[in-house]
Amino acid sequence: MTDFLIDLALILVKIGLVFFILLTGAAYMVLAERKLLGRMQLRYGPNRVGPFGLLQPLADAIKLVAKEDFIPSHGDKVLFFVAPGIAAVTALLTFAVVPFGPPITLFGREVPLVICDLNIGVLYFLGLSSLAVYGVTLGGWASNSKYALLGSIRALAQLISYELSMGLSIVPVVLMARSFSLTEIVNAQAGIPFALKNPLAFVIFLISVFAESKRIPFDMPEAENEIVAGFHTEYSGMRFGLFFVGEYINVIILSSMVTIFFLGGWHGPLLPPIVWFFAKVMLISFCFIWTRGTLPRLRYDQLMHFGWKLLVPLALANVIITGAVLLWLNG
Amino acid sequence: MTLWRDIKGTFKAYWVTLRNLFRRPVTIQYPDEKRTPYPRYRARIVLTRDPDGGERCVACYLCSAACPVDCISMQAEEREDGRRQAAWFRINFTRCIFCGLCAEACPTLAIQMSPDYEICNRDPLNLVYEKEDLLINDGGKDNEYNFYKHAGIGVVNPRGGNDDETPPANVKDLLP
Repeated sequence: MTDFLIDLALILVKIGLVFFILLTGAAYMVLAERKLLGRMQLRYGPNRVGPFGLLQPLADAIKLVAKEDFIPSHGDKVLFFVAPGIAAVTALLTFAVVPFGPPITLFGREVPLVICDLNIGVLYFLGLSSLAVYGVTLGGWASNSKYALLGSIRALAQLISYELSMGLSIVPVVLMARSFSLTEIVNAQAGIPFALKNPLAFVIFLISVFAESKRIPFDMPEAENEIVAGFHTEYSGMRFGLFFVGEYINVIILSSMVTIFFLGGWHGPLLPPIVWFFAKVMLISFCFIWTRGTLPRLRYDQLMHFGWKLLVPLALANVIITGAVLLWLNG
Repeated sequence: MTLWRDIKGTFKAYWVTLRNLFRRPVTIQYPDEKRTPYPRYRARIVLTRDPDGGERCVACYLCSAACPVDCISMQAEEREDGRRQAAWFRINFTRCIFCGLCAEACPTLAIQMSPDYEICNRDPLNLVYEKEDLLINDGGKDNEYNFYKHAGIGVVNPRGGNDDETPPANVKDLLP
């Protein structure tokens, strides 16, 4: 009985910890993004609230909570309420399968540093990222606004297109690791990370992940100067906040996925594994911000052409070649 | 080779932003850091005094006439020694557009633009400056200039008594 209680307590503590770190991380991602973008544009970025502007996320949260909660007339009220939740929850749930360290020993038992080591973790991740499309699409649909609808249609088309190349670029990883479990995939990269073994898949995955996060240069769904704010045009207050936080949680999740699939997860010399994992996630997150500060937005048709005519065929060819090479090496 | 050019162009931009990340921001964080305005910066208007300490303004209404937004108003009066001055002089800075036309119109260099730009206020009535708010104990940009040493017929000095003048000729002496 006590064994069971200790197990339960460990799981709850783990979930609470991950939840806390993820939400705080997302809040500070916003700050980091604003500061880095500012420096790239030769400004300071937020530096008024607290030392170096470190309390800015808190001030933003207070502002969002205190704002008027606006519901458009003739909109679909239920879907309007649910959509931001879907966006944030699907982002949060994905982190359940992310292993952020090797198992540690606590109270005489082995505790894996992952909330749930699913043996089909890759599929779980792909499935949830498909579900995340619903949040965006329903939000835009329920708003009863042409900009929101246009944004959600774009989001739908874009996310479905790029999910394809994303899924296809993970197939070589699964082939090389011989497992769908994220922990197994990380363990398969103890020697050489897959980014070096299969750089093409790495590049395709990185680009697809950028598109998947709906950020510049693939931020068609919320292109400010064309369709106001896209799918969240009509949202205000904490509902908008949920979309916003969901986007940044998504950035962290996708960065951890890049880390797990291609950069060898927690493996690295000298430093403790968790530090390595966080460093790699931070690096990829910085790449997200760096790209936002650098590239202009793609045109919609360019986006579709790039996805369907370049990334998908390349990813398909890569799957075949990787499979053939693995067969030849092991055969 | 256009593909190669495009790829190069894409990655060059990354290098530019990375370089800018480590450069000093150009922002001047205003309330903490202030830039010094140039001496001829056009901000709050002042009324200056001549080197003797007398008011330069002779209440000629030229500034008021030149003002495109009609923010200057005054009432002229004459002192006992014959010097003209403004009984009251008012500039409404909520209207003023700081164009400097009043300073250009002024014949006695009395009204001048100063570089003091921090006059913003929550109450617009605080921006209506009266004569005593406008007057400063200084000559402003042309410190040595004294209008009544060059002009002002017979007011301070007798007629023709200024340094750069000669006394009026006796017309009857000049008869042939």
